[in-house]
Amino acid sequence: MRHSFLKFSLWFLAALFWGSAAQVCGQPVESEKPEKIQVIYWEKWGDFEGNAMKNLVQAFNSSQNRIEVVYVHVRDNRTKTLLATAGGNPPDVAGVFPDVLPKYAEKEAIIPLDSLMLRDNIQPDRYLPAIISICQYKGHTWALPTTPTNLALYYNKRMFREAGLDPEKPPKTLAELSDYARKLTVVNSEGKITRLGFSPELPRWFRARWIYWFGGEIWNGTDRMTLDSPEFVAMLTWMQSFTKDFGLEQLQRFQAGEGPFNSPQNLFISGQVGMQLQGVWMANFIEKNSGNLEWGVAPFPTAREGEPPTTFVDCDVLVIPKGCKHPQEAWEFIRFVQQQKNMEQLCSEQWKFTPLVQVSESFYKTHPHPQIQLFRNLAESPNAVPSPRLAIFDDFKQELDHAIDSVLLLESTPEEAAALAQKKVQARLHRQVEQWSRVEVERKKSWHDSMTFSGTLPVPVALHEGRQ
Amino acid sequence: MVMSKHARRDLRNGLLFVSPWLVGLTLFTLLPAFLSLYYSFNDYSVLTKPVYVGAANYQDLLEDDQFHTSIANTLLFGVMALPATTILALILAFLLQETNRFHGFFRMLFLLPALMPMVALALLWQFIFRADVGIANEFLEGVFLFFGLEQIGIDQGPNWLGSTLWSKPALVVTMLWGAGQPMVIYLAGMKEIPSALYDAAEMDGANWYHKARHITIPMLSPVIYFNIIVGTIGILQVFSVPYVMMGPQGDPLRSSLFYLMYLFDQAFRKFNMGYACAMAWLLFVAIAALTYFAHRVSISRVYYGGR
Repeated sequence: MRHSFLKFSLWFLAALFWGSAAQVCGQPVESEKPEKIQVIYWEKWGDFEGNAMKNLVQAFNSSQNRIEVVYVHVRDNRTKTLLATAGGNPPDVAGVFPDVLPKYAEKEAIIPLDSLMLRDNIQPDRYLPAIISICQYKGHTWALPTTPTNLALYYNKRMFREAGLDPEKPPKTLAELSDYARKLTVVNSEGKITRLGFSPELPRWFRARWIYWFGGEIWNGTDRMTLDSPEFVAMLTWMQSFTKDFGLEQLQRFQAGEGPFNSPQNLFISGQVGMQLQGVWMANFIEKNSGNLEWGVAPFPTAREGEPPTTFVDCDVLVIPKGCKHPQEAWEFIRFVQQQKNMEQLCSEQWKFTPLVQVSESFYKTHPHPQIQLFRNLAESPNAVPSPRLAIFDDFKQELDHAIDSVLLLESTPEEAAALAQKKVQARLHRQVEQWSRVEVERKKSWHDSMTFSGTLPVPVALHEGRQ
Repeated sequence: MVMSKHARRDLRNGLLFVSPWLVGLTLFTLLPAFLSLYYSFNDYSVLTKPVYVGAANYQDLLEDDQFHTSIANTLLFGVMALPATTILALILAFLLQETNRFHGFFRMLFLLPALMPMVALALLWQFIFRADVGIANEFLEGVFLFFGLEQIGIDQGPNWLGSTLWSKPALVVTMLWGAGQPMVIYLAGMKEIPSALYDAAEMDGANWYHKARHITIPMLSPVIYFNIIVGTIGILQVFSVPYVMMGPQGDPLRSSLFYLMYLFDQAFRKFNMGYACAMAWLLFVAIAALTYFAHRVSISRVYYGGR
């Protein structure tokens, strides 16, 4: 009796398992069709920067009732977006940094936007040339900007005064900068650094960008890296000079005390670091985290004297991953963001300048950043270097990190580190150029097909420019 | 083979009941494993179709010096971590084998760290090893002062996580918190040793050292063998702790870039999936070879007399 009951229940469980398995595999899960088309938007911004974009998303959602954009804050979205695309379930819109664009384009992870721009009359020349070039690769436009950024010198005016330096005369050359850094640094009786004038590792974000203030480049634009150039070696030497000046152990211990970026424990915001290379957004973070920091901005000094103001220009961009559910609706949202009024609202709320050539008068009048004009002028300078379109940027960055680490740990000379980095990255670039030449024709055809949504241009939707 | 009707029915029933697990094993373990072998002979970036390249991935691996670095790091780490964990677990088991009033409490105390989630463990030790405010260096400074070592220049702990020399020892110390697991297994093994052996040894005048060396360790040798195999397999695949503590690139200067970290980097950041699959199969072959080697050694060393 017990035996047969046991047998029956085990059979029943097995049948239950197989039955449910069959049902799950049999039909796709049908969710209730929502009234509006949902566009999933992954963006890297959280906190107050995210709020600025969320305001735009809300404006878009309330301006029409066909599409609803859902803003999702995703950290580290450059890896996650690619993984989601590879897994066949990407967001409809993703906000990424543009150094992934060549890789995404070559791996067919995103859709080219040229035909959509043509159809809806979004001309490339409405943007600053440096900015739009960042969005283009191998003859197509892969993304459109949201907020542009560039870099300049932020310095602590009070520290300048206390060290006997004129707070209205920031350094103009890198030699002056090193000199000021030494004057601003304070070491206590036990040999520990309590105040630091400058370190290229505070913050570590711009390791790939210092080269531009030395008048150099990371590659020739087609097939050769230039990491063995005298400018690159000069950059490594300059970075190492601070370790030599202040002492490896002391500098490491001081730098280890850096708190989270967006907090009062940020070493610059707390008044413990005198000078920093930072971006246009920094004023926003200073204001949100500090009550009384007296700060100034100036173009970051160059290696050579008498150079026009130099800066590195970058831009946050929006892309449409390939294989997303609603590419058309995703494009509608991107188009909305590109309208001058909306773009100015977003950039103003993030304390940045706009990527558009045309700027309304009220933009500068109501802008919260006290020095926004300086950043805008820098972006229009002849020495405003746009972010390079290098397909192997990740590999380059890894070797660059290795080179800089070995130089800063005083484990190799700048010449050795530069030569090693050049050798390894060049080998990688060579392989990538070869691989590309093999797939070029097929890839370009595939780009063309995905751009026109397999053959036919999509039907235009009535969404007028300037509609509220 | 001729089976009776009863036996055949039993077999059918048994297979049916095991079938869900079998299907899962095939679909989620065996199939991907064999697919990865196939992909290791292709250039596969997940987003585009795989392209057959023969043994190119394996050849590239031979010339890839980051690969060599990761192997060297993993082996060096294994050579430090495995003996340290085993010896610590054995010592703890010896100390805790007495059944007194608090033995349950102390055993639990030493087992708990081994059950901690890996990421929490890594973050905790990252804080402990911080050069400026970390507990490790404060403790060491106290020890140095006590022994008067500051007079010969040793007055500060090293920059554990920022130094190429000390990053691996720091990781070994972190992994020592996992010694609780083998310790529990040793304790269980020690219970199986007949106390008559100990009594006989005492009558012959053996002290604790003789007992340990001539009775406990030989009788425990199957358990030690098991733990060494499992420990080798685990330590060669160390990933989450160094990934969180030292960063995905194995800073500084790749001194803590281990095999699985490099594999993960190739697979999910560079999207060289074929290359990563080749690495995975090489690891499998290496671990199988090491296990076989351990087995050969164990034939003469391991005593299964109790069974």
